[in-house]
Amino acid sequence: MQQLDGVFAALSDPTRRSILARLAKGEATVMELAEPFDMTQPAVSRHLKVLETAGLILRRAEGTTRPCRLAAGGIDTIEQWLAMLHKALARNYERLDAILAADKSAKRRSKR
Amino acid sequence: MSMTLHTEGDTVVVVNRRFAAPPKAVYRAHTEPELIQRWLLGPDGWTMPVCICEARPNGRIRYEWSNGKGGGFYLTGEFLELEPFRRIVHVERMHLPDPTPDNRIETLFEADGAGTAMTMRMTLPDGATRARMLSSGMERGMEASYRRLEQLD
Repeated sequence: MQQLDGVFAALSDPTRRSILARLAKGEATVMELAEPFDMTQPAVSRHLKVLETAGLILRRAEGTTRPCRLAAGGIDTIEQWLAMLHKALARNYERLDAILAADKSAKRRSKR
Repeated sequence: MSMTLHTEGDTVVVVNRRFAAPPKAVYRAHTEPELIQRWLLGPDGWTMPVCICEARPNGRIRYEWSNGKGGGFYLTGEFLELEPFRRIVHVERMHLPDPTPDNRIETLFEADGAGTAMTMRMTLPDGATRARMLSSGMERGMEASYRRLEQLD
């Protein structure tokens, strides 16, 4: 449970989600990650530490740099994605119910 | 009305939902732009300023969403098969802004008493695609849930 809390906490920050999105495309160094986010390297390093502790990314040593990549299976994105889809669809279909109901009552009125 | 969502194997997601209206009305709401723009919006606060939906084989689909604060994304697709009021098969991809892999979606509308039993079958996106979708602006509604979960510990 503690690990899941760490994952949710790590994902609650938009910058960290953006970092994960960038890493989904491939490995990157701190310098490469800092650039598009207009952040200092220490600030990016702090975010990376949170992601690493949550088991979402892995880092390896390569000379003086430590490139980061997504941890395979470290993030159960299926559950999160399904939760997001469920929420979005449920809201959509509630709206659709209302539209269909309004359409039906409009037809009734026009028949009178 | 309740909706169910379940997975079949590692690659398929099936959504079931009942509507009080008959199949013809529900099918129209899935194929007519002026209707689609009123409900296919995801979390509250989003609108669909652009809706292209050419409901014929090879017809184009393009939905653009905006959160009204400069955030947005869009989806493109093509219709493959349409059996009026009963079945739609189309492919779609999200642009975040790079396109996600094509997702083939089959939607069935079956009469159920006076209403409609809808079944939508889609492909589960791969891990990298899920990470991108989750980290995009799509899940604004999820942020509040994450925060609440954080507060639980």
